[in-house]
Amino acid sequence: MTEKPVIEASNLSLTFQTGDGPVHALKDVDLEIGKGEFVSFIGPSGCGKTTFLRCIAALETPTAGRLTVNGMSPDEARKARSYGYVFQAAGLYPWRTIAGNVRLPLEIMGYSKEDQAARVEKVLSLVDLEGFGKKFPWQLSGGMQQRASIARALAFDAEILLMDEPFGALDEIVRDKLNEELLKLWSATNKTIGFVTHSIPEAVYLSTKIVVMSPRPGRIHEVIESTLPKGPRPLDIRDSEEFLKIAHQVREGLRAGHAYDE
Amino acid sequence: MKMVAPILAVLAAIVLLWYGAAVGLNAQWTYDQAARAGETVTFSELVTDTMNQKRPVLPAPHQVAQGLWQGVFGQKFTSKRSLIFHGWITLSATLAGFALGTGLGIVLAVGITHSRAMDLSVMPWAIASQTIPILAIAPMVIVVLASLGITGLLPKAIIAAYLSFFPVLVSMVKGLRAPDNMQLDLLKTYNASKGETFWKLRLPSSMPYLFASLKVGVAASLVGTIVAELPAGATRGLGARLLSGSYYGQTVQIWSALFAAAALAALLVIVVGAIERITLKRMGMVR
Repeated sequence: MTEKPVIEASNLSLTFQTGDGPVHALKDVDLEIGKGEFVSFIGPSGCGKTTFLRCIAALETPTAGRLTVNGMSPDEARKARSYGYVFQAAGLYPWRTIAGNVRLPLEIMGYSKEDQAARVEKVLSLVDLEGFGKKFPWQLSGGMQQRASIARALAFDAEILLMDEPFGALDEIVRDKLNEELLKLWSATNKTIGFVTHSIPEAVYLSTKIVVMSPRPGRIHEVIESTLPKGPRPLDIRDSEEFLKIAHQVREGLRAGHAYDE
Repeated sequence: MKMVAPILAVLAAIVLLWYGAAVGLNAQWTYDQAARAGETVTFSELVTDTMNQKRPVLPAPHQVAQGLWQGVFGQKFTSKRSLIFHGWITLSATLAGFALGTGLGIVLAVGITHSRAMDLSVMPWAIASQTIPILAIAPMVIVVLASLGITGLLPKAIIAAYLSFFPVLVSMVKGLRAPDNMQLDLLKTYNASKGETFWKLRLPSSMPYLFASLKVGVAASLVGTIVAELPAGATRGLGARLLSGSYYGQTVQIWSALFAAAALAALLVIVVGAIERITLKRMGMVR
């Protein structure tokens, strides 16, 4: 990799002080994420995968170590609006239409009215929601709401997309479809994506790089580079030998990291 | 129609009970009158008399209805005996007080949600203010303001505001704090300012809470205004009507004024409810 990494963490630690003593949410995390990579973070609860993503987004502040996003500190990167963040719940405002929700970041960031309208239309078609702009969130299914929230994160030109278990609350059929769409979207936009998940098949299917994490203290156990082709992958790639091999490797990594101890 | 039948049944039961109570409570006066004249009264004479006394202990429903009709339609709206005239006096002070109280409640709630110092200092005082009986404080406010040369609508509006700001304050603090961490984090990722967070997230989130409290607040405003009309010999307003009725033993007048006040309260709550439905519907928050 000759290009400078988009996200670079070295010796990163985050310790929460609680009534029961310190909790090491992250300990000595080293990681580089290059431009255009799709990186999944997988591990059991308490392994710090969400915390790490929140550190990148400057929603948490590390207590030790170094973290840069686009060569800036995470907080500078946040102020420069370098990333879009997708949460586990769609979190659409019930008093705004779908288009109004997608427009929200654009209004805050001061885009012109015409630009706002053009962008809303563009990203709604990217996530396959053309014609739903005037609907209110409650008129849409859960999967469609989550697509709208992805459109909201894509509406402004952030190079980085951070996704915290975005499909965790959806059923598997919807999840498969959204995974496929996400891959298409990623290859069309060439964004750098950080993706937190609980699901091994999801991680393997989507990623160019899989970061296996283990708990207490939260740390990186293993980084697996995917040998699957980059770009849109057909859903049935999940039946291929190569896919199963990588999935097995992830499972072994989770086991060695004591993820199954409880 | 399904809704109407039970309501009518309950209403009929209340009217029946009321007539019974009127006979029972007013009987003593009829007996006393008869004894003085050296006569005896039959049951049917008793019932007829108790229904039509000039100053009954408890006026019968039809007497109150007559009083209401007389008060509303029996004279010019500008007459001192018109319930419309007195109702308007009370209504105008109620609305002024309601606006004042709602404004104060919202401003304090915004302060409390944005400043830790205000959160710690204002809330205990707001709660303490509501533990003081309004009947005790109203005359003092009226007297103090009158000595400063402020009379008429404003002192009454202040009492009304005193009662109505509290529910608005409590609900708005809850409403402005309703957005969860995820929604606040989302705005943080956009690097939104405090002002943007307020206008785009906190304020819209608080609307259902606001309207719930407005219904309580508007009724409280009316109570506050009527209480404020009682002392210091006010001559205008439903409260003054209640007071003068009790001075002269005009129970029919008291009951008529009471019913006029109740109707006014119902009307105000219905209007606020209608505004709530329209607003929330336009915001897309009603399915």
